[in-house]
Amino acid sequence: MKLLFSVLLFLLSFQNFASTITVCKECKVSTIKEAIEQAIDGDTILIKKGIYKEHGTTIIDKSITIIGEGNPVIDGEMKGTIFSIQATNFSIEGLHIINVGKSYLEEFAAILIVNSKDFQIKNNLLEHVYYGVLIEKSSNGIISNNTISSNAKEEAHSGNGVHLWHSENMTVSNNHITKMRDGVYFEFVNNSTVSKNTCKNNLRYGLHFMFSNDDAYLDNIFESNGAGVAVMFSKRIKMYRNLFKKNWGAASYGLLLKEINDAELKNNIFEDNTIGIHADGTNRILFTENDFLNNGYAIKVLGACYNNTFSKNNFLSNSFDLAYSGNINENVFDQNYWSSYTGYDLDKNGIGDVPYRPVKLFSYLVNKTPEAIILLRSLFIDIIDFSEKVSPIFTPADLVDSNPQMKKILW
Amino acid sequence: MNVIIILVPLIGTIFGVMYYYNSKEFTELLLAQPIKRSSIFLGQYLGVAISLSLSLVLGLGIPFVTYGLFESAIIWNFFSLLTTGVFLTFIFTALAFNIALSNENKIKGFSYAILLWLFLAVIYDGLFLLSLMYFQNYPLDKFSLIATMFNPIDLSRILILLQLDIAALLGYTGAVFKQFFGTSLGFIMAMAMLGFWVVLPVARMLFVAKRKDF
Amino acid sequence: MVSFKNLDKKFGKNVVLNGLNLTIHSGGIIAVLGPNGSGKTTLIKSLLGMVLPNKGSIEINNQNIKNQWEYRNNIDYLPQIANFPGNLNVNELFTMLKDLRGKTTKDQELIELFKLQPFLKEKLSTLSGGTKQKVNLVLTFMFDSPLVILDEPTSGLDPISMIRLKELIQQEKSKGKTIFITTHIMNFVEEVADEIIFLLEGKIYFQGTVSALKTKTKQQDFEYAIATILSENHA
Repeated sequence: MKLLFSVLLFLLSFQNFASTITVCKECKVSTIKEAIEQAIDGDTILIKKGIYKEHGTTIIDKSITIIGEGNPVIDGEMKGTIFSIQATNFSIEGLHIINVGKSYLEEFAAILIVNSKDFQIKNNLLEHVYYGVLIEKSSNGIISNNTISSNAKEEAHSGNGVHLWHSENMTVSNNHITKMRDGVYFEFVNNSTVSKNTCKNNLRYGLHFMFSNDDAYLDNIFESNGAGVAVMFSKRIKMYRNLFKKNWGAASYGLLLKEINDAELKNNIFEDNTIGIHADGTNRILFTENDFLNNGYAIKVLGACYNNTFSKNNFLSNSFDLAYSGNINENVFDQNYWSSYTGYDLDKNGIGDVPYRPVKLFSYLVNKTPEAIILLRSLFIDIIDFSEKVSPIFTPADLVDSNPQMKKILW
Repeated sequence: MNVIIILVPLIGTIFGVMYYYNSKEFTELLLAQPIKRSSIFLGQYLGVAISLSLSLVLGLGIPFVTYGLFESAIIWNFFSLLTTGVFLTFIFTALAFNIALSNENKIKGFSYAILLWLFLAVIYDGLFLLSLMYFQNYPLDKFSLIATMFNPIDLSRILILLQLDIAALLGYTGAVFKQFFGTSLGFIMAMAMLGFWVVLPVARMLFVAKRKDF
Repeated sequence: MVSFKNLDKKFGKNVVLNGLNLTIHSGGIIAVLGPNGSGKTTLIKSLLGMVLPNKGSIEINNQNIKNQWEYRNNIDYLPQIANFPGNLNVNELFTMLKDLRGKTTKDQELIELFKLQPFLKEKLSTLSGGTKQKVNLVLTFMFDSPLVILDEPTSGLDPISMIRLKELIQQEKSKGKTIFITTHIMNFVEEVADEIIFLLEGKIYFQGTVSALKTKTKQQDFEYAIATILSENHA
């Protein structure tokens, strides 16, 4: 029995015996390609500091670990994809990948992963890339602590930072993505988490998200992106503690929600956006304990939005708290704090005695005739807004917050 | 901001009219002296406009300086506020002089002046909004920009808005607005129009003064 | 020499000057007379360029005055109603006008003449009508121009000042100046005027000496002579 056990242990250890292949300019193995060819399952490839001008490296069905020591530079010389991977159980760490070429026909990426499982891409620095990490039909991957940047100038000539397509159980966390087309792109990606990422100065969206269900976005920062964050055609999304900031521009918004059902937005901050949330065809969404600060429009609701609840949010110094078109459709505004609320609280229960009407007459007018926006902040508008507040005629009578809070909600 | 845009024209108009009527005798005294008519009126106009502008700049500027905002980022916003304020003073003083020159009757002159202010500050925007609502099925972006140009108060409001982030909200409306508010085009146009708004009333003032009997 | 040619002026529908022709040679005192609203002040203001005629021209020494202003250097004008900016004091007003026209030392002499010293520091708005008129006179005479226009110079003056004014006018005349005077006080006219111009309905009805007027109207008394003209024309 004991013998059998030791034989088994021996076999196992043999099986697991992992060799390390070191790559450096002076080493026996001087290119990464060579190292990968030699490697077998379980091997580690250690790339020493240096500059490696390589592209088109493929890893097929090899469970290997690639580790960069001292951030070795892998220069693609603008010629195409650097790593193409189709494997399970592998990882890439600590590389500095630069100069992925641009192409209008192929989607060149720093790291391309197809039909893979159980992998980790972490602590890499990707610069001047077309796509950063491009993942298709894969699962159980972790993309974390990467810094991805490029200098995207036109949408048509640029790629996304982390691009996922038809994947599940992915984690994208702690990445810093700047100056790409979209920071993080999800299409048909389910049961995944995007957390603690910073997406800044991207040409189009900080996060672009379509046909992906049961995902969570937590603690991300989306700042100064061309058009903000777009979340479309998805179900059961959780968005907690994100910061949407400075998405200023003529066609920009903090968060675009289009055809979203059963989502929950909690503890997010929308600050300095042209439009905080642009909701279009969203149903059964709970917006609670969010801050809307200094936005052009805090919330703009378009089209058929049913059964949404806006409660316990703080609306602070927005030009318009709410723009609304169409019917109320059982959307509820309750217990929010509105900084432009001028009512009183005689019974001192912390709830204003007069209901608050979040839609000003001017925002109603602008909705009907967008050009009227040119009268923004004029005395006449102040006057009609005031008179509408005193005796509402035009704005929907049942669109009220019956329990406006007297104090800012702390969460 | 609304204080500047609304009060400055009111003060300019009232002061302009008041000054003209009050100094009528003095004007007549000067007219008999060997001085060019245009010098007399231009001098009076500049006297009022410059002193009003100065009081505006000092009145707003001193608190600004003492609060130590000179190093802060809003200095440019503040600067544009002052510039438009000065422009408005010049425009409305000129308009006031025009009204006073054309009306011997003080009460009438005052009424017209206040009416002019009320019209440009409030009624104009009301009519503007009504026409926007009425013609909402037509493309209105150019119309609304042009309509804005014809009212110096609206023009100044736009000019100040242009300095603020909120201009993006205006750009949201369409390509024409986007071009206007998103580029320096808007700023240049608005400035040029404000210039016109000073030059034209002053020119008319001198023209009328030259032909008027005293 | 001053000449008005075919001068027309309307205020609205009211015709004030109607094809007026007048030539005045330099030197002497000319009284412009006429009933209220006959166009005396309008005539004077046209000469000063304050009122712009609808038709016709005015020449001073063969220079058309239209759209000119330098010629006013040679005119002293006493306006009918002495209105001054009330916030100045008398001295400031004198100083200001000296700034405008320069060249004078005569003001001290005139201030002396009309006994204005005690008022020099007073605001113009606090002065009495007569004192204002004195200030007005000082302003007018201090520049020694060859053409002097006095619109109702006697209004509000006390008798002593009146006498001083007459002396002053004679004195100025003796310097060879041309002096226009409009007034309603006939013995003042009779006393000082060398020539009378009588305006009626915007035209010159009479131009000549006092005695010529008396002859024409066959009246011994000047005042009656004027009254005769008026009653004949209004009968």
